[in-house]
Amino acid sequence: MQPANLFLVTIVLVLVAYGLGYTRSRSLAMPLGGIRHLKSLPFYYGARAALWCGIPALIVLALWAMFQGKVIQLLVIGSLPPEMMPASEGEASLLLSKISNVASGALPPGFAEPPVVEAAERLTALRQQSRWYMTVLVVAVAVLAGFFGWVRIRPRLNARAQVESTLKWIFFACAALAVLTTAGIIFSVAFETIRFFGKVSFFEFFFGTSWSPQTALRADQVAAEGAFGMVPLFTGTLLISAIAMLVAVPVGLLSAIYLSEYASKRVRGVVKPLLEMLAGIPTVVYGFFAALTVAPFISNLAASLGIDASSQSALAAGGVMGIMIIPFVSSLSDDVINAVPQTLRDGSLALGATQSETMKKVIFPAALPGIMGGILLAVSRAIGETMIVVMAAGLAANLTANPLESVTTVTVQIVTLLTGDQEFDSAKTLAAFALGAMLFLATLILNVIALHIVRKYREQYD
Amino acid sequence: MTDRNTQAEIIRQSLKRRYRKERRFRAYGILAIAIALSALVVLFVDIIGKGHTAFIKTTVTLEVDIDPEMMYLDDATDERQLRMADFVEPLVQALLREVPGATEANRDAVRDLLNPYASNQLRDALKENPELLGTTQTMTFLTHTNVDVYVKHAGDEDYSIKLSDRQQAWVDQLLDKGVIETSFNDVLFSRGDSRDPSRAGILGAIVGSLLTMFVTLILSFPIGVAAAIYLEEFAPQNRFTDFIEVNINNLAAVPSIIFGLLGLAVFINLFGMPRSVPLVGGLVLTLMTLPTIIISSRAAIKSVPPSIREAAEGIGASKMQVVLHHVLPLALPGMLTGSIIGMAQALGETAPLLLIGMVAFIVDVPDGFLDSATVLPVQVFLWAGSPELAFIERASAAIMVLLAFLISMNALAIWLRKRLERRW
Repeated sequence: MQPANLFLVTIVLVLVAYGLGYTRSRSLAMPLGGIRHLKSLPFYYGARAALWCGIPALIVLALWAMFQGKVIQLLVIGSLPPEMMPASEGEASLLLSKISNVASGALPPGFAEPPVVEAAERLTALRQQSRWYMTVLVVAVAVLAGFFGWVRIRPRLNARAQVESTLKWIFFACAALAVLTTAGIIFSVAFETIRFFGKVSFFEFFFGTSWSPQTALRADQVAAEGAFGMVPLFTGTLLISAIAMLVAVPVGLLSAIYLSEYASKRVRGVVKPLLEMLAGIPTVVYGFFAALTVAPFISNLAASLGIDASSQSALAAGGVMGIMIIPFVSSLSDDVINAVPQTLRDGSLALGATQSETMKKVIFPAALPGIMGGILLAVSRAIGETMIVVMAAGLAANLTANPLESVTTVTVQIVTLLTGDQEFDSAKTLAAFALGAMLFLATLILNVIALHIVRKYREQYD
Repeated sequence: MTDRNTQAEIIRQSLKRRYRKERRFRAYGILAIAIALSALVVLFVDIIGKGHTAFIKTTVTLEVDIDPEMMYLDDATDERQLRMADFVEPLVQALLREVPGATEANRDAVRDLLNPYASNQLRDALKENPELLGTTQTMTFLTHTNVDVYVKHAGDEDYSIKLSDRQQAWVDQLLDKGVIETSFNDVLFSRGDSRDPSRAGILGAIVGSLLTMFVTLILSFPIGVAAAIYLEEFAPQNRFTDFIEVNINNLAAVPSIIFGLLGLAVFINLFGMPRSVPLVGGLVLTLMTLPTIIISSRAAIKSVPPSIREAAEGIGASKMQVVLHHVLPLALPGMLTGSIIGMAQALGETAPLLLIGMVAFIVDVPDGFLDSATVLPVQVFLWAGSPELAFIERASAAIMVLLAFLISMNALAIWLRKRLERRW
């Protein structure tokens, strides 16, 4: 059975277990004189049986579904004749995709070597077997554990306490998933990054000024030696983010000030949702807009002024990214400005200051730490933004500060290195993970500082 | 006396200056809002302007003489004959009859007005109804993409018209005769991707998106709500709880592409799951949207007043009963609103899906969670990178569909909030 169908079967079994547990508790209570002689309500006896039936079975199902693919791959590779044994991970993945293509019928068996065809047959058989074992095991676990939970129902059993503490543990596991996700991110990027530094020197990566990750795919291929200096990527990312912030900060901040201090309730009610619409537009749409409308516009404009501009200028990507970040800056600053106590405002106005003087000399300085926190969060957003730069910025790593030239960014390189044909242990692929690690670290540091500032600031006026 | 007068004069002067500053400051604010809103307007106008023509298709209606001799086919039930038969000739002959002044010598130029797949359509019709052989049928075919572009964009400088002057004149005449017509482009909504722009559709991408969103929804909503309940109601005040909270807040701000790296390293390389399938896409998007859902669900739980809890506890409910019977139902509307907004974010997300291989060129509409698929935003990305303007046009149309989905999801969230949320 497919895992999805098996999941449904397990759910049905769980419902059956609930029903059986419920009726059993009632029938046990009958001779005692009704359910008031039970320790818990019949619902809890049913729920207890259902949990006994469902939890172990679903854990088995999840583990099996997670690991069966890998285990079958290893078994198939392991049973190949010694001369076909792949030497590296890259070869193994090529061979595996060939085998699975033969197995799925995408590649006619006549086009593959006999051992591959044999392996494909073994793959199909193993998949069939695995599905059988999984079905039998999951159903058996569900039935046995469910029976165990059912048979132990006694009138004196405190089913409610047991059900409630199990639920509590389930809730805890869900919350702990966040920790697991972070750990997963750290391990997946850290592991590959360490392998990357085994191939490319630490010094070259951080201080090298040239980036051209074209390494030879096969050992016998003639190709330029790759260069992995991340300085141009780093400056490119900074250039585009700086342009974005130059657009987003003044526009976002001024519109937040206007909306919170000057605008009437009606204007605010109309303008605020419209501004937030900018935040709801998918980044791929901004990328489309930047690449196909803004970039040609800028390069034509520059050409008509006699300036040379690239058709993938940093200005287009950065400017559009700035538009995307406007609502982010404005809503964060809006919160911060509103959190400044009214007494400060009243005091300043009472001394005869105009509204703009109050804003500039009293509220803004008071709100500054919070606004800085918001801006830092926006910067981290800009650094990690991917689709706009993938579509509108270039691929060539230029070390330049000219916004009319084409630059590339860390995120663009991650996407370029990891889409299309890849070999898993080549320096090229590992480089993407190393860049990912740098990106994660940079945004993490920015976020931690920003969240700290924002929280500190909130406490100040609470 | 004069002293006071000059002082008043100075104040009056400075007041003027200060009021001017005040007005200027206000104008800056209005200008900023105007810039932001005009960007929004320009964006929408640009996309609608580029894409509205994608909702129109160009078809040609022909009296096709399905002549067995012309097609070298005498039995339409014979698979081998069907494979060898010439399905192009009857179409070319039918079109030649319609084109005024065209002769056999122009047959190649005339053939190029037809969609390259028109002959497949005739073959499929014959396969379905073998008795059509030897009859004359009125059939409607798609035109060649070049004709489609010419009909919709003649005179537009951005588009290059790839028809010869003579072909253009023919198309104009056929349009006048009503042989070539334009109508609503149902192809766009009933097919998957294609190399031929006029046959490319977004149905495959929409189905892929729905499958991916389904996985995301059934995983992230229960897990997010459970996590929020734990953190708000049960979590002890200790280091580990703090650690979980810090993690959630940070994950909410981690760039989405990092989740793509996680999916690639863990789901695909470690667990050996297949690439480019909705299941893996849904798992990655689940991890990405969870923090959003947890944060909004916690806010919803917090907004339930303590009096409800106290009343329930007062009549002897256990902590879990208080939460599940009283707090959760009251917080649910707020949780739903937050989840819909989180799902809208996930629906528009592209970058992590690129890394787990959902960028493949896929013609078939996916039919399961383990079938290769692409999603709507990735389809936009793929088409936007094409040098052919006909694809750009369809990318804009796909964006319009995507935005329509997003706007209706957000409208639903707002409606739910207005309808169900209680003010205490």
